[in-house]
Amino acid sequence: MLNEILQTIPQVVIDGLTLGAVYAVIALGYTMVYGILELINFAHGEIFMSGAFIGTAILIVLTGMGWVSAVPAIVMLITVLVLTAVLTGLLGMGIERVAYRPLRNAPRLIPLITAIGISFLLQDIVRFIAELQKGNYIVTGPNLFKDQISIKASSISAIFNDASIKTSFVIVLVTAVIMMIGLDIFVNRTKWGMAMRAVAQDRETASLMTVNVNKVISITFFIGSALGGATGVLFAVQYGTIDPYIGFILGLKAFTAAVLGGIGNIRGAMLGGLLLGLLEMFASANLTLLSGGVFGAEYKDVFAFAILIIVLLFKPEGLLGKPVTEKV
Amino acid sequence: MSILEVQNLTKKFGGITANQDVSMTVEKNSITAVIGPNGAGKTTFFNMITGVYQPTTGMILLENEKLIGLKPHEVSKKGIARTFQNIRLFSEMSVLENVLVGMHTHIKAGLVGILFNLPAIRKEEKASEVKAYQLLEYVGLAPLLNEKACNLSYGAQRRLEIARALAAKPKVLLLDEPAAGMNPKETNELTQLIKRIRHEYNLTVILIEHDMKLVMEISEHIVVLDHGEKIAEGKPEDIRNNPKVIEAYLGTGAVQAG
Repeated sequence: MLNEILQTIPQVVIDGLTLGAVYAVIALGYTMVYGILELINFAHGEIFMSGAFIGTAILIVLTGMGWVSAVPAIVMLITVLVLTAVLTGLLGMGIERVAYRPLRNAPRLIPLITAIGISFLLQDIVRFIAELQKGNYIVTGPNLFKDQISIKASSISAIFNDASIKTSFVIVLVTAVIMMIGLDIFVNRTKWGMAMRAVAQDRETASLMTVNVNKVISITFFIGSALGGATGVLFAVQYGTIDPYIGFILGLKAFTAAVLGGIGNIRGAMLGGLLLGLLEMFASANLTLLSGGVFGAEYKDVFAFAILIIVLLFKPEGLLGKPVTEKV
Repeated sequence: MSILEVQNLTKKFGGITANQDVSMTVEKNSITAVIGPNGAGKTTFFNMITGVYQPTTGMILLENEKLIGLKPHEVSKKGIARTFQNIRLFSEMSVLENVLVGMHTHIKAGLVGILFNLPAIRKEEKASEVKAYQLLEYVGLAPLLNEKACNLSYGAQRRLEIARALAAKPKVLLLDEPAAGMNPKETNELTQLIKRIRHEYNLTVILIEHDMKLVMEISEHIVVLDHGEKIAEGKPEDIRNNPKVIEAYLGTGAVQAG
């Protein structure tokens, strides 16, 4: 049995890292907002979904103009990624300004409910526009990357099977990793990143140190949403078909990843996302084998969430989180 | 020449009056102490000057510019920095980063520059780190620059708060009970530090303090608050012998008995 599991490892690692990178980047959006406002922004999954639709819409328009066949696919992708990131960033910033800021001092449950409301709103707006434009809310975008790459893992060691991946997987993984590194540098090395951490720790003191708290919160929403929207584009490119409800389950899993890593902790969200992706893919490849045929691959989520529950039982603050101490 | 004018400041929280009609004029480059028994409204007074609370009525002028209606970050940009009665450092950040946050407004780097990590930005980053290091050297914390703020000793945390406040290049520095919890040796070092920064940074210092030895030694002007009202002000020797002040601190009858 061990041999059979080992054989699948190369494919599991590649698929798991790709899926995990998607979770991780979305988890960053949850964790950044939570860190600064202690708000679980349930609309974040829908920002991701909006990104997927905006990106696809741009691609369809550009295809209509004949660009897609004329320009290298990677240049296309970068253009669409940047455009979508800016648009979803502004969308997230706008949502904070209109829906969350007026409730800044309200009891914590109220902005939470608002966030759920916003996410329904976004789902329905996107569905409305999609049906208006295409007559169907399930949309298939142009296929940018069709090639398959085969990795000869068997040449490293005979116990491994070869793995095969779509080019788009590589692109998703590389882009997600670049975004994570970029964010890490931003948060740890720059003036605004430092201001962000200061506001997360003590909003009032930060404002007395000349930090414009509202601006920092706007920037946080912009960056989180831009990353989420860009990930939506990657998702659309990878899977081809999207609908207005993809944000719900993906958002939930990304939120799980954020909790697993320690909510509020940026590196924790990255770790949690990658881990959750790997666990899910491992379960999907091996559950049938491990359970002697009782559970099929469709129980992968159960497996991943069971692991989450176990981790949280022993380490409620998450893998990289700090135990909560009362503020004096 | 006066730098800070406070006119008829009143703050009410519902039915409770925390400050009633408090006025004071602070001379440039002076050290002023605000004293009074616990609950006299001293910290509320500081919170109004820094923009944390908006006064119910009254006026605050910094170099003849109105501060009323400004947000705390706007007030601090105008040149008022402060430290806190119960230390409020960014405890999970390093000593150096705490000072860098204090410099926030003086680091010009825009978001576009950061995005592309322009060489000019990097140069500025380096320059601000050097400045932050110099400030830490000044308060004697340079060897601990990479330590987390929460790991510092109590006295060191107080000095870090001062360094962070200085990083904003203030005109007026407010110190809220800087000597609280310090032993006599630390208090003495603090006294020297406050005198030094006043001269070398050309600062105006206003402090709230209970340690009368420190207050009498350091301040040129003293304002006494009791039950939210100003009951006396003047030079240290006048305040020491003022019957109203003695009464506020020791209760009625103390003057006759003493």
